[in-house]
Amino acid sequence: MTDGAVGARVVIVGAGHAGGSAAAFLRQYGFAGAITLIGEEPIAPYQRPPLSKAWLKGEADADALMLKPESYYSEHNVDLRLSAVAVAIDRAARTVTLGDGGTVAYDHLILATGARARRLPIPGATLGNMLELRNAADAERVKAILGPGKRLAIVGGGYIGLEVAASARALGAEAVIIEREARVLARVACQPLSAFFQDYHSARGVTFELDAGVEAFEGETNVTGVRLSDGRVLPCDAALVGVGAVPNDEMARAAGLACDGGIVVDLAARTSDPAIFAIGDVTRRPLPLYDRMHRLESVPNALEQAKQAACAITGKAAPAPEVPWFWSDQFDLKLQIAGLPFDVEEIVIRGNPADAKFAVFHLKAGVIVAVEAVNAPPEFMMGKNLIGSRKPVSIDKLRNPTVSMKEVAA
Amino acid sequence: MTKIIYVEHNGTQHEIDVKVGLSVMEGAVKNSVPGIDADCGGACACATCHVYVDDAWVEKTGKPDELEASMLEFAENVEPTSRLSCQIKVTDALEGLTVKMPASQH
Repeated sequence: MTDGAVGARVVIVGAGHAGGSAAAFLRQYGFAGAITLIGEEPIAPYQRPPLSKAWLKGEADADALMLKPESYYSEHNVDLRLSAVAVAIDRAARTVTLGDGGTVAYDHLILATGARARRLPIPGATLGNMLELRNAADAERVKAILGPGKRLAIVGGGYIGLEVAASARALGAEAVIIEREARVLARVACQPLSAFFQDYHSARGVTFELDAGVEAFEGETNVTGVRLSDGRVLPCDAALVGVGAVPNDEMARAAGLACDGGIVVDLAARTSDPAIFAIGDVTRRPLPLYDRMHRLESVPNALEQAKQAACAITGKAAPAPEVPWFWSDQFDLKLQIAGLPFDVEEIVIRGNPADAKFAVFHLKAGVIVAVEAVNAPPEFMMGKNLIGSRKPVSIDKLRNPTVSMKEVAA
Repeated sequence: MTKIIYVEHNGTQHEIDVKVGLSVMEGAVKNSVPGIDADCGGACACATCHVYVDDAWVEKTGKPDELEASMLEFAENVEPTSRLSCQIKVTDALEGLTVKMPASQH
């Protein structure tokens, strides 16, 4: 059958940012066949990044979160099935089985099942007011609890933890971050950035327990405290666990698709079955710039892979590979990260963290492989270009903030 | 509702009624106007919702703030009337606003 022909059927499992965007790109690229978009949540595809930031603080409403207006799906003939769960793939019959026993046939299947919050297997983890933040329903629960006089314990000093702490302070709540490593952002950022964020949050009333193990959550019905391994109990009205995510690749594994901590795909987002694609947080994908496979949890990655799959299905040329990038907003800080700090040999700090305006460049063999920019868009934008071009730079120029980024890149 | 006119790089026009309070970027994305990618969803973090504001409207849309200006400085094909459309809030005063898209956002 011809790709993209009338009559071709694309089934997308997962109606998050990746799945929703894949449906829209298919139509934008002229795909005229049937599209079925299957989502577990009761609402149409929406953006997740604002959940821990603008939405939590009440600066964005539910409408603003939506990827497309509700009318989009009927107007563009996308069969959006909400509150529906896909439970199995029959690769021989090319069907997906749903939780209600029904099946949907496909010519191309796109798996966009995302990742779920990692849970802590410790006592009290299922008490009331135990929170995580992956979806809109989670965010609704967090928002309902935060407010003046409330105390939120956050287990995990990653981006979610820091963003929620900043939002909690903005809403007048107390926030304590409990982190088992010696610094926040230990897995994802360099030491100078960790130190900067910890100081910035501390100055705004967030407290930190570092090098701290969590033994249990205490309470009768609702959580009332977090017991640390040194025996202390930190009282709280709610506890949020943000200790990473686990890819939802079980259905793909059961169907025999190649998986390795995520569904393995190529640069066309194709899995080991040529009729099946996978996109977004659930994938382990090639990173040509870094010559390795990696799992990326980010909106730009979801969009890039949604484009890759839509291009492959409609017979368009694959889009040019992008430099991975991420952003985070905390208080009045804008953090923009480009690239990934693999095999770094040298770190260059440009600007002064004390001014809350600086960038940390990570280099390997004289080439920038990653940049973490705080309130420093030129460093981010030009850094991203330089990472993509792999052009060597002068360390002396890079280190000197009076030399413009344009000159550094020249 | 405020009427915003989006003009693609190839000249195709889209007249869209956008809810007051949304951004010019959101009006485009929600109505599937091609040419505004808006990868970051309006966080002023990516510069992929770049537009050229029609000369007649520059005064009413105002000037970019420092953050937006420094993002724009490094975007592709920037012109004097360039803005990031996520930073232009739609108001009644913008009825008929016309913005043009660059050839590409990347």
